[in-house]
Amino acid sequence: MKRFAPLIVLAAMAVLPLLGLSSYVMHLLILVIMWSVSGMAWNLLGGYTGQVSFGHAAFFGLGAYCAGLASFHLNISAWYGFPLSIPFVAATALVMGLIVLRLRGPYFVLATLALGEIMRITAENLTDLTQGNLGIMIQRTWVEKTGYYYVILAVAALTFWVVKLLAESRWGYYFVAIREDQDAAESLGINATLYKTIALTVSAVITGFSGAFYMNYMGYIDPQVVFSLGDISILTIMVVMVGGVATYWGPVVGAVIMVLLAEVIRSLPYVGTAYQTLFGVLLIVIIIYLPNGLVGDRQTLARLFKKKGAAV
Amino acid sequence: MWVQLEVFLQTLISGVLLGGLYALIGLGMTLILGVMKIINLTHGQLMMVAMYVAYWLFTLFHIDPYVSLLIAPPLLFLLGMFLQKTLINPVLRVESILPHNQVILTVGIGMVLQNLATIFFTSDYKSTPVDYATDAWYLSDYWKDAPFELSLSYPWTVSFLLAVGITTALWFFLAKTDTGKSIRATAQDRDAAALMGVNVGLMRVITFGLGSALVGAAGCLFIPIYYLFPSLGSQFTLIAFVITILGGLGSTMGAILGGLILGIFESMTATYVGMGWAPVGRFAIFVAALVFLPGGVASLLKRKAVTK
Repeated sequence: MKRFAPLIVLAAMAVLPLLGLSSYVMHLLILVIMWSVSGMAWNLLGGYTGQVSFGHAAFFGLGAYCAGLASFHLNISAWYGFPLSIPFVAATALVMGLIVLRLRGPYFVLATLALGEIMRITAENLTDLTQGNLGIMIQRTWVEKTGYYYVILAVAALTFWVVKLLAESRWGYYFVAIREDQDAAESLGINATLYKTIALTVSAVITGFSGAFYMNYMGYIDPQVVFSLGDISILTIMVVMVGGVATYWGPVVGAVIMVLLAEVIRSLPYVGTAYQTLFGVLLIVIIIYLPNGLVGDRQTLARLFKKKGAAV
Repeated sequence: MWVQLEVFLQTLISGVLLGGLYALIGLGMTLILGVMKIINLTHGQLMMVAMYVAYWLFTLFHIDPYVSLLIAPPLLFLLGMFLQKTLINPVLRVESILPHNQVILTVGIGMVLQNLATIFFTSDYKSTPVDYATDAWYLSDYWKDAPFELSLSYPWTVSFLLAVGITTALWFFLAKTDTGKSIRATAQDRDAAALMGVNVGLMRVITFGLGSALVGAAGCLFIPIYYLFPSLGSQFTLIAFVITILGGLGSTMGAILGGLILGIFESMTATYVGMGWAPVGRFAIFVAALVFLPGGVASLLKRKAVTK
């Protein structure tokens, strides 16, 4: 039964739009799936390989700009952003990997953060190419949300499958070995740099897809949004931290919670754009009490509820 | 030719003045990193809090930002101790898959601080209109026939000198006092320090407080010359860690040199490449340091000391 869970969920998700959901609900579903994709991609590098990246906005933004610039300068459909982003994002990930993957621990965290910011500032300043802070606007393909829903659902299904395939392969075990003890893994003959590069590149390309989809769906991007440290890099980490580190379903659960929470908080009076305060509080609480996320620490969670029940 | 020299010298001067303030920001972070091996990604947000304290003291009670140096840093000291004791210490004990939970935690704290500031003070740009904001010393006042003109802004210079004074005081504290020696011992070898009777837990709390107070002081020095807005924190967090890496993790002397190098480099980029590119220069120098000089400037200093 458990083996078929992903397929059952996928089938259920595929029939959802047939129920005639409102445009707003569809929008939320699309955002949830998009963030699941980003989360699953980050999890491959952060959760399984243990390389905490604060710079995934670099890949997200690059994917978005590949789609946007192709449409803007070459007059082709922004959907070509998906295939176009692969070489660009992969090349960026390889160069980035060359610089940052030799670094360990705090150095790695800080270096990814810096590289993400470099991408943002570069996009802001290369005004001839990117229009800088003016941003890029494209003609959206569909008015209805259903088409976008199926595209991102397909990307999510593919991502889930790739992550599962990788995590359960020999490579996946190498990833975990590197996370647990890089020196021990290397002494057993695992080429840590190679496998970290693989994890980074796959993670980056998928994140780029997420960005390319964002461009198509939103129809407008600017550097502040798609290369944002807070709104992209950190939100991606939060999706994984809240949902579950190094689990298949964690990012999905995390995306559901984060997207819904953002909507609920934003609709509250007086809070407005400062909804991130509550995100911050949530992040602090999760790290202290459920450091491996809701799915990762479900036993702790179950025990907590049992204890409460016993006390009552 | 004189014009080019004038531009160059003026850029150099503003770079050094900026660098002195940067050094103070970097010092707090490098201290925390050195003693506790903690990356504090909420450093700039703490500076933002101090700047709001200084701003309100000025607006409500007309207290000069430089006088707030006596009020804001002690407040930040308490805030830092509180954060370390109630939030960071517990996380250091938690077992988790990810080794860098504590970094993500400080990001969370930073988010809370920044957005609380947005809620309470809106995201408007604020500044303290001090009387001396535009005062400056001019070279031509002292040297009548100078072939070029240089100026030295009054608030920038005062801030720079105060930063130098605070840095010297910190050096004195770390080198001469018992608490300072205990902090340095904890940084060198936590277990050995504990065995020698140093209260390591207390030193951690004090160090985080001290780091916060230093960046708080930097905030008071920045506010007469800089605009204040809630998201300014993240920008200075990035600056602080670039300095820390450039200087070498945990090295006090390195942070000072790193701050100066960054300040000069940024001024030069702004003048000769373009205003908007200054942050790119900042990160370029950061990546270059990571690749070519992983130990930072401190490793060069040490190498020299050894060969001597």
